Amino acid sequence: MDVTDKTGVRERVVEIRDLHKSFGNYHVLQGVNLDLYRGENLVVLGKSGTGKSVLIKIIVGLLNADSGSVKVLGSEVDKIDYKSLLSLRLRVGFSFQNSALYDSMTVRQNLEFPLVRNRRNLTKGEVAAEVERVLDAVGLLQTLNQMPSELSGGQRKRIGIARTLILQPDIMLYDEPTAGLDPITCLEINGLINEVQERFHTSSIVITHDLTCAKAVGDRVAMLLDGTFQRQGTFEEVFNTDDERVKTFYDYNFIQ
Amino acid sequence: MAEDNEKKPGRISRMFLVLYDVWQFIGRFFKEAFLPPYEGKELMRQCYDIGYRSLLLISLTGFITGVVFTKQSRPSLAEFGATSWLPSLVGIALLRTLAPLLTALIAAGKVGSSIGAELGSMRVTEQIDAMEVSATNPFKFLVSTRVLAATITIPILTFYTAMVGMLGALLNVYTNEETSWQAFFSSSLESITFLDVIASTIKAVLFGFTIGMVGCYQGYNSSKGTEGVGKAANAAVVTGMFLVFVEEVITVQFFGLFRT
Repeated sequence: MDVTDKTGVRERVVEIRDLHKSFGNYHVLQGVNLDLYRGENLVVLGKSGTGKSVLIKIIVGLLNADSGSVKVLGSEVDKIDYKSLLSLRLRVGFSFQNSALYDSMTVRQNLEFPLVRNRRNLTKGEVAAEVERVLDAVGLLQTLNQMPSELSGGQRKRIGIARTLILQPDIMLYDEPTAGLDPITCLEINGLINEVQERFHTSSIVITHDLTCAKAVGDRVAMLLDGTFQRQGTFEEVFNTDDERVKTFYDYNFIQ
Repeated sequence: MAEDNEKKPGRISRMFLVLYDVWQFIGRFFKEAFLPPYEGKELMRQCYDIGYRSLLLISLTGFITGVVFTKQSRPSLAEFGATSWLPSLVGIALLRTLAPLLTALIAAGKVGSSIGAELGSMRVTEQIDAMEVSATNPFKFLVSTRVLAATITIPILTFYTAMVGMLGALLNVYTNEETSWQAFFSSSLESITFLDVIASTIKAVLFGFTIGMVGCYQGYNSSKGTEGVGKAANAAVVTGMFLVFVEEVITVQFFGLFRT
């Protein structure tokens, strides 16, 4: 789904320019340039340890870049104060690889937690209605009073996504949404990512090394190789190449 | 960008870096704890967890300490025919040192390790990051509430320990001599001064703050992996107990100046 302004130019919601990040002597990101346009699902592909998760953690301000610029919804993430960063985070949902549900709280409390702290004017009834709305959207209304430890991996992923949706973000960042799940649940999560895009009008970056997921959800694909995005485009454009690194990645995924 | 020949800081530099980090952590606590929005509900929950759930252990150890201390002190006093001083001796010993120290050591073991492990586990499983990205200040919600709760409840537990210890002492005195409980309490309370109460309160507040702060610092900054959680819990107990003894020595010296 593409959204263009009056002049026909696609609106950028995330702009990354010449981004560098190292951990000691390990140079993870070496001059990354990337745009996310309003309304699109962008899939970031790459092997484990290539810095995909680091990239989205920099986008949301959990990590600082060594150099370069990251602009999210018009704000430079590393130049704004903490209060402005918190406001910006209200508009950016982050779904963690392991779901990161608060294990001392029930599903209901997990979903209420961000809402009651950020929308203090809501009544108890409105909070309950909002919790039920997002739980219904991910198809898990029946888990309302369960603890995270009682849920399956797929259910935890869905609740994690619901918890980010409750703040009605403009941008969704998914970190390995299908990692560790069985193929059927993977398909369900892929369907959910597309449904979220359509129903909540979000722009998304999906970090994955699962090509089935990339093909199912990606309007556009960017492949991280040796610290930079050397290939960007549609799924077919990215994989129609003689580059051995890309072919190996493709073959491994589909043979597997 | 990091250089390939980047030097790692030496042991002494690392120690100063840690001290600076701790200083910043304490500074952040004072900044976050007393500025709105306040996490009153979570503070109450933590007070309940730290205070109420420690009562059984505190009661048992306090009572036993009272009984044993009285029993061990009796022969020495009996040599001088001074067993009638037992209530005063037990009252002063319990209030000035035994109750604050005993409560703090139990809290360092039970509360400190629990805070260290809980926050460490939350760090490892990205729950703290999840709070950050959902526009909630995790420091205020997790650290400020726990440190405040420990600072509030440990002084209360200290006076409770002293009271239960006195009951233990009374039991021992009662079974060995013909002393009424009224006489026992009046004798021990007469020997306790206002300075003793103030000194014990300040000491207990200091111990509570230290135990809460150490547990939170270790857990909040724990390294990744399950090993990090174990290390955080262990460091919370060891460092907490060590600092409690250091503070005990300093406060005894300090309040000693007012007794002469």
